Amino acid sequence: MVEFNLPANSVVKEGKSFSAPADAKNTRSFKIYRYDPDSGDNPRTDTYDIDLDKCGPMVLDALIKIKNEIDATLTFRRSCREGICGSCAMNIDGRNTLACLKPIEDIKGEVKIYPLPHMPVVKDLVPDLSQPYAQLASIEPWLKADSPTPPDGERLQSREERAKLDGLWECILCFSCSTACPSYWWNSDRYLGPAVLLQAYRWLADSRDEYTGERLDALEDPFRLYRCHTIMNCTNTCPKGLNPALAITEIKKMIAERRA
Amino acid sequence: MSESYKIIDHNYDVVVMGAGGAGLRATLGTVEAGLKTACITKVFPTRSHTVAAQGGIGASLGNMSEDHWQWHMYDTVKGSDWLGDQDAIEYMCRNAVPAVHELEHYGMPFSRTEDGKIYQRPFGGHTRDHGKAPVERACAAADRTGHAMLHTLYQQCLKHKAEFFVEYIALDLIMGEDGSCKGLVAWDLDTGELHRFNAKMVILASGGYGRAFFSCTSAHTCTGDGHGMVARAGLGLQDMEFVQFHPTGIYGSGCLITEGARGEGGYLTNSEGERFMERYAPTVKDLASRDVVSRGMAQEIRDGRGVGEHGEYIHLHLEHLGSEVLWERLPGITETAKIFAGVDATKEPIPVLPTVHYNMGGIPTNYKGEVLRPTADNPNAIVPGLMAAGEAACVSVHGANRLGTNSLLDLVVFGRACGLHAAEVVDAKASYKELKTSDGDEAIARFDRLRWAKGSRPTAEIRLEMQRVMQGNCGVFRTSEILKEGVEKLSATAATLPDVAVSDRSLIWNSDLVETMELENLMVCAAATMNSAEARHESRGAHAHEDYPKRDDEVWMKHTIATVGWDKGYGVDLTYRPVNTFTLTDEVSYIEPKERVY
Repeated sequence: MVEFNLPANSVVKEGKSFSAPADAKNTRSFKIYRYDPDSGDNPRTDTYDIDLDKCGPMVLDALIKIKNEIDATLTFRRSCREGICGSCAMNIDGRNTLACLKPIEDIKGEVKIYPLPHMPVVKDLVPDLSQPYAQLASIEPWLKADSPTPPDGERLQSREERAKLDGLWECILCFSCSTACPSYWWNSDRYLGPAVLLQAYRWLADSRDEYTGERLDALEDPFRLYRCHTIMNCTNTCPKGLNPALAITEIKKMIAERRA
Repeated sequence: MSESYKIIDHNYDVVVMGAGGAGLRATLGTVEAGLKTACITKVFPTRSHTVAAQGGIGASLGNMSEDHWQWHMYDTVKGSDWLGDQDAIEYMCRNAVPAVHELEHYGMPFSRTEDGKIYQRPFGGHTRDHGKAPVERACAAADRTGHAMLHTLYQQCLKHKAEFFVEYIALDLIMGEDGSCKGLVAWDLDTGELHRFNAKMVILASGGYGRAFFSCTSAHTCTGDGHGMVARAGLGLQDMEFVQFHPTGIYGSGCLITEGARGEGGYLTNSEGERFMERYAPTVKDLASRDVVSRGMAQEIRDGRGVGEHGEYIHLHLEHLGSEVLWERLPGITETAKIFAGVDATKEPIPVLPTVHYNMGGIPTNYKGEVLRPTADNPNAIVPGLMAAGEAACVSVHGANRLGTNSLLDLVVFGRACGLHAAEVVDAKASYKELKTSDGDEAIARFDRLRWAKGSRPTAEIRLEMQRVMQGNCGVFRTSEILKEGVEKLSATAATLPDVAVSDRSLIWNSDLVETMELENLMVCAAATMNSAEARHESRGAHAHEDYPKRDDEVWMKHTIATVGWDKGYGVDLTYRPVNTFTLTDEVSYIEPKERVY
């Protein structure tokens, strides 16, 4: 029988525990993935018991409370705390989302927090996102048009044309979707993933853009586009309620229609 | 000291610190001009706080009704309570229209009118014909205008192959003996390496310092890093006492509800259900400028007419607008109200409270973006090699109170101005002036000192104490007694900084150390703010002093310059420089001060 060995440093070990203050009545355990790049040790999960009566309502509030009051070495990205900057994307309770928008109350029992899946981990909850960022640049996500712009005014765009961008331009590039996609897990070196394809469609859908043909040429590839197998994890997990799977389907339709 | 750290040296024509609206627009300009540019940023560009701006960018396009840049200028001067420099305000308002058209040409997804033009909505303090009635001047992309703008600017930077250093923490400026700026030192979080950037020009676009206060709409990353670097370089900060409280932060979380909500027809009520703004601003009511509305709300709460069990907040009503309008024009805040206040805005009012939102003060510059080092002989003397733009800077176009939509405008207009001026003064063909081996040593010594800090007070503890003092003693209403106490309390807190405790010693993504360095920057800002406020014995714009309730143009029509003794217990030296009482061109004349009523 074939035996598979996991890479030595992939096994997550049980780490330290920090108990809540004795007078705490409403406690909850947060089990958090820790990885220290300096030590070379295997990743571990540390458990922090928090008094929810002295904590804000969101998972990010708990992470900040832990960092401020219990363990200053806990490392995670955060900025706007209102779901618009996309910094604090992580895997909470088995699902990719933004820590700042995820109410602790919605989670039953122990709150398990891991970095976004299948990305190299820099430290604790901080994944290396340089690959999706590079993939974003590869689709040339800017307006391309050769027609001269009006010298003293805006290009006109009807409200109906502009409405086609709704649900696309609001993406905050948190990459919750791409890192939830099994197809992206397997082929992230060649498949663009749902977040970047949503951006690709944002420019295909823009009435002001004049490079539809070239953009479709660049996408028409067995890996870049067609590794999407409509698994729908992307749409399921998007913390902004967007639908990358639909955008990908629209791209496939556009390619099919121009073949016909 | 520096022997123990590996230092990587770089040469650039221009180094931009910060990748928000101002930083990206400046980067775009210098790259287009053929200057070798590095944009260093502590967060990935689209995570910068510009992303959170909601309501719109101000420009007198006149797409919905008649408008003129001169009207916009008048409103901005009046909004600033005449502390703004009118040459800079003229520059901003006349360049607003081409700036917005440029953003549209870049591909920014503005909302549209029936005839396909950029959609505009009314906003606080923006009026038709010198105060007659509200005017639609805020060019909007739903209620996510900052997000649309920041992503668009980043896309343009990608198009022009701008070079980014992402998740680099700027430590300090490198200053020459002649007082010029030669570059800066930064720390790469990803690898832990230190970098020394030799630059012909440094542009600071590092944003505001809302996090000096306990409750603010600002992101966790708004920590006045550029302010701290400038202070440690021995330079002054201007008009720091002017801190804007946004009328509608969600009660509790402080998350922002755009003024555009009132622009679309929303209004405020007290516990008696009264639309109280009719009393404070009879003409434009809920669309008075932010300082006026915030004071009105605070007054209602003080007079016992606040809403809620303890009368601690005010109601913002949007439910009468109908869910269709809300989901089309204000989808973001409808969602935010649900998540952070548990309120369905289509059915019930949102609990709100004036919340720290914006810093009018900052690094003093002229309208070209050059940083000033005012002297007794020359109040407009510049620091060669150093520029600043955006919320970090104080041009001053906002004076004592900024109008909504003028911040996004400030970013693109003065970000662009920095690019233009850098292109003029920086010679790409000139060889780089070599740095001395010791250049940057002080920055690295500070880094090393904080990294190994073994005191007894964790960073978060000192920070919280500072935030509480700022919130309690430097709020919407101020008195001499409260401010004097604030100066003492803050100085006591600052005195414990040498006792700070850092527990992470790592060089890779040591966010404990990042927050400690940010705390030092915040303390500079807090000290400058509190001391400048204590000294200003008048009421002007956002600085409402109850012992001196009137504006005093004779004595106080001047900019405060605060020099913070960061190495001497954060004591502050105050000097003053005159307000520019002239315009840029003859096309418009100086707007004389008069009483400010809305």
